[in-house]
Amino acid sequence: MVGGFDFTNFFFMAVIAATPLLFATLGEILTEKSGSLNLGVEGMMFMGAAAGIAASYFYETAAGSGASGIVSALLAVLIGFLAGAFGGFIYSLLTVTLRANQNVTGLALTIFGIGAGNLIGELLGIRAGGFTTVSDSTKSVFSGISIPFLSDIPVIGRLFFSYNFMVYLAVATAVLLIVLLNKTRVGLNLRGVGENPATADAVGINVTKYKYIAASVGGGICGLGGVYISMATVGGNAGTWIDNCIAGRGWIAVALVIFAAWRPSRAIIGALLFGGLSALWLYFDPWLQTFLPNASIPQQIYNVLPFIATILVLIFTSIRQSKELSQPKACGTNYFREER
Amino acid sequence: MEDEKVTEKENVTIAGHDEYKEHHEPLVRMVKRDTVSRERAIAVRAAAIVSALVVGGILILFMGHNPIFVYGDMVNGSLGSALVLRETARMAIPLLITGMGIALAFKMRFWNIGAEGQIIAGATAASYFALFHHQNMPSPVLLMVMFAAAVVAGGIWGMIPAVFKAKWNTNETLFTLMLNYIALEGIRYLQYGPWRDPGMMGFPVISMFNISARLPRVFGVHVGWIIALVLVALVYIYMKKSKQGYEITVVGESIQTARYAGINVKLVFLRTMFISGAIAGITGFVTVAGANFTISEGVTGGVGFTAITVAWLAKLNPAAMIAISVFLAILQKGSGTIQTIYNIPESAAQLLIGLILFFMLGCEFFLNFKLVFKNSKKEVTE
Repeated sequence: MVGGFDFTNFFFMAVIAATPLLFATLGEILTEKSGSLNLGVEGMMFMGAAAGIAASYFYETAAGSGASGIVSALLAVLIGFLAGAFGGFIYSLLTVTLRANQNVTGLALTIFGIGAGNLIGELLGIRAGGFTTVSDSTKSVFSGISIPFLSDIPVIGRLFFSYNFMVYLAVATAVLLIVLLNKTRVGLNLRGVGENPATADAVGINVTKYKYIAASVGGGICGLGGVYISMATVGGNAGTWIDNCIAGRGWIAVALVIFAAWRPSRAIIGALLFGGLSALWLYFDPWLQTFLPNASIPQQIYNVLPFIATILVLIFTSIRQSKELSQPKACGTNYFREER
Repeated sequence: MEDEKVTEKENVTIAGHDEYKEHHEPLVRMVKRDTVSRERAIAVRAAAIVSALVVGGILILFMGHNPIFVYGDMVNGSLGSALVLRETARMAIPLLITGMGIALAFKMRFWNIGAEGQIIAGATAASYFALFHHQNMPSPVLLMVMFAAAVVAGGIWGMIPAVFKAKWNTNETLFTLMLNYIALEGIRYLQYGPWRDPGMMGFPVISMFNISARLPRVFGVHVGWIIALVLVALVYIYMKKSKQGYEITVVGESIQTARYAGINVKLVFLRTMFISGAIAGITGFVTVAGANFTISEGVTGGVGFTAITVAWLAKLNPAAMIAISVFLAILQKGSGTIQTIYNIPESAAQLLIGLILFFMLGCEFFLNFKLVFKNSKKEVTE
C-alpha cells in the first residue's frame, strides 16, 4: 500500500479488466498487419462470447452429471475462437475476394455480430428457462488459479500467480505474436503484405492467403476476448449470458491498436493502462480523500482518458510522420492486382 | 522444395504449348465491367436482399417458426396500421438525416465514422437551451435557437478531425471514432452529474423538456420528417449542381488532381466536414426535440453507425437513402412485433440487418466485375 492507495488490489483489478482488451487488441493487430482494417472487433467479440457460453452449455447438457469442467472450459475457448475466426473469415471473403469497402464491411460485421451474439445468448436463456448459466465445475476452471507455494507468497503471489488461465493465455498470445511478427519469415511476409501488397505479390507471396489467414486468426483471438468476458469476468455473473456484455470494449481495442503502435509488446502495456484507468476510480478517490475529504473525480473523467490519449498518439505520429509508429501503409485499402 | 516442383512442371509444359496454357490460366478470372445496365443493377441487388432473407428464413426455421409468417408479421407490424406506420417513419428520420451527412464526407473519401459523436454534440447543445433557457423566449424562437446550436455544435465536432487531416494528414477514421467516445462520456457526465434531475429520487436522468421546446407534429409525426425531406433536396442540389459539391467530388477522386485544378483542398475538407457534422447535429436536434423530449446517454441509439450503411447501400445518393432508411426502419420496428408474437428476441433484427448488409456489400462485386471461366468462348487467345 502507498498511503491509502491499495496498489495490490488495484493492479489485480487492472489485469482482470485488461485481459479482454489485450485479446482483442492482439487479434486486431494481427489483422491490421495484413493490411485489413477490420472495424468488426466488437462484433467478433460478441460472437465469441455467445459461442463460448453456448458450447459449454450444450456440452454440459449432453454429458449430464459426468460433465468435466475442464473439457467444458476448453470447448468454450475453442468454439469461441472459431466463432470469432468465422467473423474474420466473412470479413476476408467480402473485402479480399469480393472487394467490398473495408470500413463498411467492418461495421456490417459489428452489427451482425452484436445481433448474433445477443440472439444466441437470449435463445439459450429461453431454452434454459430464464437465464443460461454454466455449472460450478466449469466456473471454477475460469476462476483464479492456485499454485502451491507461488500463489501463497504475500503480494507477489496475488500480483502474478492468482489469475485465471485466460490471463496467462493472453500474455502467451502476445509473446507468440511478438515472435511471429519479428523473428519469422511468415511474420516478415505478413508485414510486407500489409505495407505494400503489390511488392509482396511481385516477390511471390500469396497476398490473398495471408490476408485470409491473418484476418481469420485475428478474429479468433478477438473471439477469445469475448469468451473471457462471458465466462471469466469477475463478479457474480461469470458463466452467465448478459445482454450487451461486450459493451464497447471492441471499440476500445481498436483504439488500443493505435495506442500500441501496432506492436504486441506495447499492447500489453496499453491494455494494462486502459484496464487500469477503468479500475482506477474505485481506488483513486479513497486515496484522494485521505488528505482531501469530499474530493471526488467523476468516473467519466477516468473513462475518457484512454480515448484522449489515443487521439494524442494519432496526432503525434502524424506530425512526426513516423513510419515506425503508424498504421501499416496498405491498411484500409483493398489490393487489386489488376490495378497494380 | 516447392520451387523445384514448379520448374519441373514448367519444363514439361514448354514442350507442349497447350499444357502450358492449361497450367497457367486460372479456372476463373475477373474482368472489370465498363457499364452496368440499370435493370441488371436492380436485379442483382434485389437478388442479394432475397438471398439474405432466405438465409434469415433458414435461421427462423431453426428457431421453430414459419419464416413466411414471421416476415409477414414484421411487415404488418411496421406498415400495417397508421399507428405503426408513424412509428416506422419516426425510426427512419434519424437514419435518413444522418445518412446524408455521412454521404457528403464519404463522397470526399473522408471516412467519417464519427456521426455518433456529432449527433450527441448536436443533441447536447440543443438540450442546453431547452433545459435552461426555455423560459427566456417564445417556442418558435427557442426551437430555432436549439436548431442553430445543434448545427454549430455538430459541425464543430465534425470539423475537429478535418483540421488535423488538413494540416498533418492525421487518420480520420480513427480520430472520428475516438471523438464518439469522448462525446459519449461527456453526455454521461452531464447525465450523472450537473444535469441530473434531483426530483427523480436518485435515478440518473435528465428532466423532460418544457412543452415549448418540443417540435410540433404534422400528420402525427414530428416535423423532423419534413426537415429530412428538405435536406434530401438540398443535399442533392448541393452535391450535383453546386460548385462546392463538384469540388467535393474532385477531392474524393484525387487530391492531386484537385490541387492541380486550383482547388483549396484544406478548405474543402474543413467546409465539408463542418456540413457533415452539422447535419448529424440536426439528427440530434430532432431526436431530443421531436422524439425523446429529453437527452440521455442512449440518445443516438446506434444511428450514427447504422446510417453509415444507409449512405453506403444508397451509393451516396440522397434519393435512394429514403428507400434504404425506410427499409431498415421496417426491420427494426418489425422486430419488436415478432418479439411479442413469437418470442423471437429483438436482436434477430440486428442479425438480419447484418446479413442483408453482407449480401449487399458482396453483390456489388458482381456489378463491377464479370467472371470469365476457362475455355469460355469469349476468351481471347494470344
